[in-house]
Amino acid sequence: MQHSHLSSTGGHSLWVRVCHWLATIAFLLLAFTGIEILMVHPRLYWGETGNDLTPALFELPVSRNYKHQGWTASQAFFKEAGSPVSAGRTYDIFNQNGWGRSLHFLAAWFLVAAGLAYLLLGVFSGHFRRHIVPARKELSRRDLWADIVGHAKLLIPSATGGPQYGLLQKITYAGVVFFALPLMVVTGFSMSPTITATFPFLLDLWGGFQSARTIHFFATIALLLFLFIHLFMVIRSGFRSQFIAMTTGNKYGKEKDHHAP
Amino acid sequence: MEKKRIITRREAIISGLAAMGGLMLPGCSRVGQLPPTYGNILRMGDALTYAAHRSLLPGQSLVREYSHRDITSFPATGTLNPGDPSRHNHSELYAKLHHGDFRNWRLSVEGAVARPGLYSLEDLMRFPSKKQITRHTCEEGWTAIAEWQGVTVRHVLESAGILPSGRYVNFFSFDGWADGIDMVDALHPQTILAYAMNGKQLPVPHGAPVRLRLETQIGYKSMKYLQRMVVTEKFDDHGDAGSIKQGWSWYNGI
Repeated sequence: MQHSHLSSTGGHSLWVRVCHWLATIAFLLLAFTGIEILMVHPRLYWGETGNDLTPALFELPVSRNYKHQGWTASQAFFKEAGSPVSAGRTYDIFNQNGWGRSLHFLAAWFLVAAGLAYLLLGVFSGHFRRHIVPARKELSRRDLWADIVGHAKLLIPSATGGPQYGLLQKITYAGVVFFALPLMVVTGFSMSPTITATFPFLLDLWGGFQSARTIHFFATIALLLFLFIHLFMVIRSGFRSQFIAMTTGNKYGKEKDHHAP
Repeated sequence: MEKKRIITRREAIISGLAAMGGLMLPGCSRVGQLPPTYGNILRMGDALTYAAHRSLLPGQSLVREYSHRDITSFPATGTLNPGDPSRHNHSELYAKLHHGDFRNWRLSVEGAVARPGLYSLEDLMRFPSKKQITRHTCEEGWTAIAEWQGVTVRHVLESAGILPSGRYVNFFSFDGWADGIDMVDALHPQTILAYAMNGKQLPVPHGAPVRLRLETQIGYKSMKYLQRMVVTEKFDDHGDAGSIKQGWSWYNGI
């Protein structure tokens, strides 16, 4: 009883801190290189295929490759009306994918390694059960509503330097850890020709390569949104103490208790 | 007091990871030689991906094949005609061969093969032909589906009598590129020397008269305008003609 009480109110454990910062560095590199890769072909599609000669779901104005131009006259492959065509690209596009892709996949290795370690340790240490997954009794409509109203009014409690977490906080962390990040990894795998050769169901899961790419894009937006809100909350609740707690494991409140005159 | 023998969670996790590592070791023998990294951390990441794909995935899985109605429009990018005189470093030889409708074109098969030789377009067409409707995946992010017809690289290598010492198959193109693939990809049943696209002779912008189709990797590994195919025992980065020294990954199954 005593033990579980201490660990549930203590600071972040070492493995949480290591995984947190490894994943942070990996995520920032992945987002940076991901945007670079998107700039090379800033068009998104749905289904298996999509290219400059087919209609896009939407196109982003993020590089000079936007509003593609400079193509030779298109030639039909078949005699039928509406036949698919071919055309040659005659202009030099912006393309930094050599380092962009390699750095993306290198960072992905770190995210996958930190993520797997975190998931295993989170299950076996009881971290998920105690700190991340909301208990059933917590999930009352009234408490949820109260937490939403509290956040809307920016009533943010000051830093505790670790768990316990609030209800919305738990739901958000669980969504990132169990849904958004795994979705990034699996949609990423779904764009690999070698991996989808072995596991073709990955393509069926999303409805094709380009659907996986588009979901990969929206999951990035969701994670960037999480990053901004997370940073905002960390700053509002006390950036210095939160940063120290996630880096050294020192629990700010506890330290103050011990050394108070 | 006698120590109790209990298995703690930590011990269970550690021994479990050790056992997983042990299971993966035999697979590593399939990796063979890793591509050079030049001390560059990005190339180390590429090598790790290559080693992981080769040790964890069965190398001969077939990529998805589509039906005729799935064929899409298909951009031609990069070199559109190596013989175009307005092109820097254009190939006069290619222009001449193109003018003669590639009747005088020959694919030179060399290196670690018992019978090096020259293959005309007719020679390649006499071999058993393989048709496949597959998805081209460009590193830029776009995809397109087309029907390709050709002869498997495996069949050409076997008819030339590939030697057991051969580890890499290197391709040289009329537009000055050189690139290699390992034997797992070279012997893959869908790796073909394609001479037809969507039921017609391969168009010049798509690599006439013959291009490689390497379906298990990203588009730029499927070299257009083939001139030579050389089997080597050692890895060759091909210097400036290869892409690895210009910062591009040699292996691109991802």
